[in-house]
Amino acid sequence: MATVTYRQALRDTLRAEMLRDENVFLLGEEIGLFEGSYKITEGLLKEFGPRRVRDTPIAEEGFVGAAIGAAMLGLRPVVEIMTINFSLLALDQIVNHAAKIYGMFGGQASVPMVIRTPGGGGQQLGATHSQNVELFYSFIPGLKVLAPSTPAEASAMLKAAIRDDDPVLFLENLALYNTRGELPAAVEDVEPAEIGRAAVTRPGTDITIIGYSRMARVASEVAETLAAEGVSAEVVDLRSLRPLDRQTVVDSVRRTGCAVVAEDDWLTYGIGAEIAATIQEGAFDWLDAPVRRVAMAEVPLPYAKSLETAALPSAESLLTAVRATLRATGRITPGTDATSPRPALEPVR
Amino acid sequence: MADTVQAAPARSRRARGAQAPEPKTDAAAPDAAPPAADAGTLVGYYRQMLLIRRFEERAARAYTEAKIGGYCHLNLGEEATVVGLMAALRPTDYLFTNYREHGYALAKGFNAVAGGSGGSSPHQPSRAERVMAELYGRSTGVSKGWGGSMHLFDAEARLLGGYGIVGGQVPLAAGAALAVSYKGGDEVVMCQMGDGTTAIGAFHESLNIAALWNLPVVFVVINNGLGMGTTVESSAAEPELYRRGAAYRTESLRVDGTDVLAVRDAARTAVERARAESKPYLLETVSPRLKGHSVVDPARYRSKEEKEALKAADPLARMALELEEAGILSADDRDRLDAEVTAEVDAAAAFADESPAPEVSTLFDYTYATPVPGELRRLPADPVFGS
Ligand SMILES: Cc1ncc(C[n+]2csc(CCOP(=O)(O)OP(=O)(O)O)c2C)c(N)n1
Repeated sequence: MATVTYRQALRDTLRAEMLRDENVFLLGEEIGLFEGSYKITEGLLKEFGPRRVRDTPIAEEGFVGAAIGAAMLGLRPVVEIMTINFSLLALDQIVNHAAKIYGMFGGQASVPMVIRTPGGGGQQLGATHSQNVELFYSFIPGLKVLAPSTPAEASAMLKAAIRDDDPVLFLENLALYNTRGELPAAVEDVEPAEIGRAAVTRPGTDITIIGYSRMARVASEVAETLAAEGVSAEVVDLRSLRPLDRQTVVDSVRRTGCAVVAEDDWLTYGIGAEIAATIQEGAFDWLDAPVRRVAMAEVPLPYAKSLETAALPSAESLLTAVRATLRATGRITPGTDATSPRPALEPVR
Repeated sequence: MADTVQAAPARSRRARGAQAPEPKTDAAAPDAAPPAADAGTLVGYYRQMLLIRRFEERAARAYTEAKIGGYCHLNLGEEATVVGLMAALRPTDYLFTNYREHGYALAKGFNAVAGGSGGSSPHQPSRAERVMAELYGRSTGVSKGWGGSMHLFDAEARLLGGYGIVGGQVPLAAGAALAVSYKGGDEVVMCQMGDGTTAIGAFHESLNIAALWNLPVVFVVINNGLGMGTTVESSAAEPELYRRGAAYRTESLRVDGTDVLAVRDAARTAVERARAESKPYLLETVSPRLKGHSVVDPARYRSKEEKEALKAADPLARMALELEEAGILSADDRDRLDAEVTAEVDAAAAFADESPAPEVSTLFDYTYATPVPGELRRLPADPVFGS
């Protein structure tokens, strides 16, 4: 087992998949000569040449559309969109074409392509460069939207995405690129993930914390902190935003009796809202407290560090919400952060 | 025969008056004089144009009878362009179109199919039957009832779809051409679009990309003078649309779209250049549309005089006259063809009428090509979890 960064896991996986399948090729802005804005494609032009690693003009709609057309003829393009903010220029191609072609033509053509794109705030990049608009894509049937949080997941999910016959939005978070983790096997031998499955990444009994991408990692940190205080938090990493694995979420909440949802984007109409509604439909009778949601402040993200930091969800903000929920269930006593013995979990009927 | 071919452009200019485009090009003129077409070929083209005409008239009627729903955009007036373009393609070449596409779906690959547009045995529905069935939303339609008028797709004919977002198909065509060159094939991709499309960003992005990457794609702008009610002159800073090729160092040509042979020959030049040199090409065909934007559009934005003048631009009437003058097709022959084609269209309508609607149980069959276990398959009132 090797410890690698999220960045390295992505790069090695791209390389392994290109070696495995001649139809896999990369295209995007600055991915070749420049080796990628975030260096995910470092070394790949040298190794595979411009036929397989294709630099594009700054024309998101044009090159995303071209990738869709190429996929319709059986190639497996992996597109890099420099950041998810710029994917908005390709929204028509992604939503109206990539997502619809299989259904609209009665299953006669599929679009086996991947769009990799990083997002996320925290880098002081200002309002147009710091968004997480995965919600737009998660809303659309026909797309698959993945948001892995660790290097191992990133590798397994990227493999699954490349081998899948549908268009996949593959969301990366800038804050994750340098994080480390172990791969379960040499990258060629990593098993492709099952798309549409959430993971219970840490079992627990007192509360369920649900997150994805960066916030799944933050949730694990928070669970660690709570464990030191004697609180057993279960962490669910959604990993796949569409299709959404509601069952794993609901099963977990039925076990723990309460939940906090953490997301790295805006609150209103968001992914957290969908998860909260899912819990309401599937685990209402098991709930000992209302579901809380932790999300970005609803502002265009400011540049100033003080404001940006305040706006983004963090371990502290998640911890605050988790403690409030635990107090509401009586699992910790008001006024203290220490746990009290856990009351019996009788469903409220 | 050669006389007929040579004479056609002169007559066409007289007939269309002010609308007549001078053939224009930024490229070198086609290398050789257009090859002569034999009588059989000419009659074949005429028959295809007639089939499209009668099919579209029938579709308009079926629409008013509420057998066809949604939008319905017809090729009336564009038959010569459709047939000329399709005659220039090999059966293995690919085609992307916009939503004004019934004619293309009928004619793609027609010159390769024995007997014109396919057999009419009940076990092997003809192209016309499958296209009409799609307009009726039936499971026997080319897109199994999922597409309708705007989204015809026929894998066998290599018609890679009609698209309803103006300009949406243009990058796809560039990408298909990328796949062809990636695999080292010699197919050409043709991409049909309307004049209004040339103002869309995707058009410009795609022409740039296709030229940069040497892609074998022929972009065809059908200049019917209007995007809904907006004239080319009021929406295009350069209304001679073929000139836009210059900005992308792409050879381009404008042709009289009411003259089937002129269109075919120009398209052959474009297609063969794209094939031989792996380069994009921009072709503009000027073909006034005879009726409104869609079946329900009475075209009030056109003056009475304009509407009168349009009659002179009818490519079908014009070709009939030319064939008669050349002694190729008598009035009797024409009537016989018309009866034949009308019967074919009647059969298509009957087939569509008798075909079953898609089963509701198939509603979730085409969300994903790689299905996901546990994916939500819920009808509007169903609960998400159990009952
Ligand atoms: C992006 C987009 N904007 C607007 C429309 C609505 N619309 C449908 S057809 C049309 C006119 C397009 O004209 P043109 O490209 O010349 O094609 P034609 O209808 O003449 O074949 C418009 C504006 C659309 N479908 N897509």
